[in-house]
Amino acid sequence: MKRFLNVIVLFALLVTGCASASTPAPTIVPATEAPTKAPAATAIPQTATPEPRALTVFAAASLTDAFTEIGKEFDAANPGVTTTFNFGGSQTLRTQIEEGAPADVFASANQKEMDALIESALVNKESSQVFLKNKLVVILPANNPAKITSLKELANSGIKLVLAAEEVPVGKYSRQALDLMNAAFGADFKDKVLANVVSNEDNVKQVVAKIQLGEADAGIVYTSDAVAAPELQTIEIPTEMNVIAKYPIAPLTESKNAKLAQAFVDYVRSPAGQAILQKWGFAAP
Amino acid sequence: MLALFALPIFAVLIRAFNGAFLADAFSAQAFSALRLSVVTSAVSTACAILFGTPLAYLLARWKSRFKTIVEMLTDLPIVLPPSVAGLALLIAFGRRGIFGSALAAAGISLPFTTAAVVLAQTFVSAPLYIRAARIGFAEVDGQLEEAANVEGANQWQVFQSVMLPLARRALLGGAILAWTRALGEFGATILFAGNLEGVTQTMPLAIYLGFERNIGAALSLSVLLIFVSALLLALTRKLEREE
Repeated sequence: MKRFLNVIVLFALLVTGCASASTPAPTIVPATEAPTKAPAATAIPQTATPEPRALTVFAAASLTDAFTEIGKEFDAANPGVTTTFNFGGSQTLRTQIEEGAPADVFASANQKEMDALIESALVNKESSQVFLKNKLVVILPANNPAKITSLKELANSGIKLVLAAEEVPVGKYSRQALDLMNAAFGADFKDKVLANVVSNEDNVKQVVAKIQLGEADAGIVYTSDAVAAPELQTIEIPTEMNVIAKYPIAPLTESKNAKLAQAFVDYVRSPAGQAILQKWGFAAP
Repeated sequence: MLALFALPIFAVLIRAFNGAFLADAFSAQAFSALRLSVVTSAVSTACAILFGTPLAYLLARWKSRFKTIVEMLTDLPIVLPPSVAGLALLIAFGRRGIFGSALAAAGISLPFTTAAVVLAQTFVSAPLYIRAARIGFAEVDGQLEEAANVEGANQWQVFQSVMLPLARRALLGGAILAWTRALGEFGATILFAGNLEGVTQTMPLAIYLGFERNIGAALSLSVLLIFVSALLLALTRKLEREE
């Protein structure tokens, strides 16, 4: 098996090597995965030999699936580029960047963390742009053990509810949505719901995991997370009680690959990038 | 090498001691995390001693080809990554877990409870105690045991009057080591027990979340934990010197 892989790698090297040697090379496709859509417009102008370049993107945990796919497409469109991701709670990522973690691009689930980086001059104010919107939704395990059928039942005693911690953007939005629900379900609705919380998870993917494992009866996450876990049941939150998250993205001023970082941001905002984001349940800005 | 160990500790101390240190260290959240950590780690250490001592004693005296397997099983959690431990506990004792579903039928649900914190801590820390105790018991001179038997002592008397006093240092050292490990437990806890202030949010979890919200509070808690750990280590050293 290993020898087989070696042969493949060797072959790939030969092919790309030939490609760079013979300039016209009409038939050669980049050695990485062929792009399914053609995002040629955003591709970096290629030199004869694509230099290996690494791009590091720090992105909110809710972007995990969509950005992984965008990364593959971006790498395919830009030979020699390898995009790696660090997914986590936006506030964790922000602290890591502030403490000097080497990152080229930051995509946050809220404006607050981006503003903090703008304030410490790690991001230029004008380069930060909102690139998507995300709504909240209630998720339930596939077999719905607590037999929850409506939003109002989240306040029933004995329900095990898992939220993201208040420090995490989605956790803050969830609590804001509960405030909005007070208007419809009574002033003590939020308090009753919060009394059902058994855990404040440190990022949104942990909330999904606890529901997938059936350990809790309900959780509040982004619509995009529900799309990524189709086996779960969902309860929609009406628009007047929902909180819409706006995600900003920006290249970092201390990036050593400023051009490439900007190209990635542009790709995310291009129709090709937006199509991938919509596939994963996000809405256009 | 020394710098690698010393500099991070030094950095935490320097950054932590500013005007807000006392306010952060004595905040309500820090206090409830500290209290929970002290209580749960004490209970899990007690569990380790209560159930681990007989097991270690049996393992030290048992001659069987299964002994190696059992010893490996009790040592495994020491080298297992805590995240694996947490996931394994969840799969086994979670509400829909392989054994947890039986517990759930009996009305017991472990995840997200303080009991889950203790279980996670015991899972990762008791093996340290069992290992130390096993080696301690095995090091006791077999002739002493025989002599006691000749004098007419029964099994319990041999254990209580000969083995226990002679292995005392190893047992204490192991218990303190297990306690420090339980105090620092993070990965298995956050996966299996979740994070809720006052119920499952121990010091390491509060530090991790503090890191995301307010690095000052996280630093103050870290300093507190560094001091407690150093204190426990000093205690171990003192025990070693007394011998």
